[in-house]
Amino acid sequence: MSDFDRRSVLKAGLGGAALLAGPGIVPVRAAEWTNTPEPNASIRVLRWKQFIQAEFDKFAEQTKKFSEKTGIKVKLEAESWEDIRPKAAVAANVGAGPDLIIGTLDDPFKFPEKLIDVTDVATYLGAQYGGWYPVAERYGRKGDSWIAIPQGATGGCLNYRISHMKAAGFEQFPKDTDGFLKLCQALKKNNTPAGFALGHATGDANGWCQWALWAFGGKVVNEKNEVVIDSPETIAAIEYVKQLYATFIPGVLSWNDSNNNKAFLNGELSLTLNGISIWTVGKTSPDPKQQEIAKDMDHAPMPIGPVGVATEQQNVLVYYGYKHSKYPKAVKEYIKFMMDKENYDAWEVASNGYVSPPLPAYNNNPVWTSDPKITPYRDCLKRCRDNGYAGDLGYASAAVMGDFVVVDMFAEAASGSATPQEAAKRAAERAKRYYQV
Amino acid sequence: MAVIAEPVAVQLKRSSLWSRAFESRNFLGAMFMVPAIAILILFLAYPLALGFWLGMTDTKIGGVGRFIGFQNFVSLSKDSVFWLSVFNTIFYTVFASIVKFAIGLYLALLLNERLPFKSMVRAIVLLPFVVPTVLSAIAFWWIYDSQFSIISWVLIKAGLITSYIEFLGEPWNARWSVVLANIWRGVPFVAITLLAGLQTISPSLYEAANLDGATNLQRFRHITLPMLSPIIAVVMTFSVLMTFTDFQLIYTITRGGPINATHLMATLSFQRAITGGNLGEGAAISNAMIPFLVAAILLSFFGLQRSRWQQGGRD
Repeated sequence: MSDFDRRSVLKAGLGGAALLAGPGIVPVRAAEWTNTPEPNASIRVLRWKQFIQAEFDKFAEQTKKFSEKTGIKVKLEAESWEDIRPKAAVAANVGAGPDLIIGTLDDPFKFPEKLIDVTDVATYLGAQYGGWYPVAERYGRKGDSWIAIPQGATGGCLNYRISHMKAAGFEQFPKDTDGFLKLCQALKKNNTPAGFALGHATGDANGWCQWALWAFGGKVVNEKNEVVIDSPETIAAIEYVKQLYATFIPGVLSWNDSNNNKAFLNGELSLTLNGISIWTVGKTSPDPKQQEIAKDMDHAPMPIGPVGVATEQQNVLVYYGYKHSKYPKAVKEYIKFMMDKENYDAWEVASNGYVSPPLPAYNNNPVWTSDPKITPYRDCLKRCRDNGYAGDLGYASAAVMGDFVVVDMFAEAASGSATPQEAAKRAAERAKRYYQV
Repeated sequence: MAVIAEPVAVQLKRSSLWSRAFESRNFLGAMFMVPAIAILILFLAYPLALGFWLGMTDTKIGGVGRFIGFQNFVSLSKDSVFWLSVFNTIFYTVFASIVKFAIGLYLALLLNERLPFKSMVRAIVLLPFVVPTVLSAIAFWWIYDSQFSIISWVLIKAGLITSYIEFLGEPWNARWSVVLANIWRGVPFVAITLLAGLQTISPSLYEAANLDGATNLQRFRHITLPMLSPIIAVVMTFSVLMTFTDFQLIYTITRGGPINATHLMATLSFQRAITGGNLGEGAAISNAMIPFLVAAILLSFFGLQRSRWQQGGRD
């Protein structure tokens, strides 16, 4: 998935746009935007709560700019992204609530028939900016239609202390899983350990556990959505994670999404998976100790496993509007406005690179090279697989992730409460309950 | 003529029936009950019935489910995580309820005595109940944190341990930790309610017992406990129901982890229904809680309220 270049993405995007535009419409015309919002429209937008205040402030500022330009009133609300999921579900179920939600991952695939068709927005953006990353398209498109527009991903990279890595005998951050394990072992030996969440941490635990599974060729399902997690590849992944777990700081089995941030900024952790927020918070902190940590840290992509390609899982953010909205055209106008490169770029600068873009054309934003420590986050979606891999996104993929099937599998084996074989078998049984429906 | 006369007759007859009905005390009583019954049906019976119905369907979020009978329950019966959540729920309820009752009764007896600063002490006892559950859960989450636990910190500073205790990182530690948090939260309810019950017992009974030479234990066993048993039944019923259906405390502290060791039926129901998108299965898990809850209610009302018990008899 990672071995494509900008040119191939551009070609795929234009090809996809032509296909979506249908017969008789040439791709050049697909970049035209002809939407006319309903008169006196007023929409309610619910989005994920900010980790970086400047990011939200810019988003709100641009929302205001949108209202001034179009006359469409927008009521902007924010919730923790984990709390958006139940609200989105309720809105879909009762047919009332926000007109537009900016949520996460495959949530829209749980209730696709309740959502506004945003194919025209996707086609316009894809044609205008040279195509989407394939994984972004997977998160937006269902069949021939787009039900969501990927906003990007709160990218996850490895956050590490440079001095601790060097003290462990590594001048460069290892690029493969073998080197990564050796680094973690050396960090543990130096009493400057790594730590990755293995509790029910939706973002962090799922993120690195899916990476580990895929890096060794394991997967929950194959292309036919048949459960194949109980496999030799999965066992290899579990054996690897067991060795990693032995190097971790104690307590990771109880960690949720905020534990690693706290431990890292307290100087107790040398290596973890996280968004850019640890560095940003450290850099802007009034605490000299945290500033020192931020200076001493850098970021790297997840290492490549035996499969030979990047296998990251990222927290992808998606716009999806509801059919119950009285103003679906206003909803689409808002998405298009916020995703237009000019606005997206300005927002990205304010967020200090917090969201990895879904369109490769957005990679030329100066924010990505303003500091080399930010650059690894730029390509998160290029290195990412969708969480339904290798099958389809939908109810079953969301349920398997929501039920922490993969995380529990690694946690059971790593903590010794099950053998790798038992853990893989149990994960398969749990996954089958969802995929058999 | 006949065509006109007949409806008039019928109208007169109806009118007279309607007037006579309003003269009936029984009919009027029933009419006055209608708003209350409507509220009960709309806000209590309907949601319960909907929950039952959803549990019998394969409803996914945003979708229209079809009736599948007991398939959700059959599927759950083969689900090891579900059975673990049943075990966790019973463990959590039994231990937390027993300890809450013991501490609550002790505090109630203490507060019923003539203590200095009694009002202030009563107010302090109520504090855990006043704090919103989520706030107290976050406080416990910090207390149990694997890196920042105040308990571990104090013990390390005192030289009693060398590394931080994994309160939430080890399955059994996590179970006991959440039980403790629930006890802290639930004791005030038991204590204050039992205290209210204690204050209804006539002092003359104790005076008579004193004259008869009864010991403290005898007075407690033959006067306090029987007189308190109706209130104990109510308190324990509520305590068990609230503990069995607890959600906020667990969801905030552990989210059911580690490795599902603290998943209660309520948290698993939420995870399957909302996070996982399977409303039918989530509802089925909720429905599976009902037999346990009904059993708890029956035990309280038909067991603890036995009149012979209340009079100090055995059976």
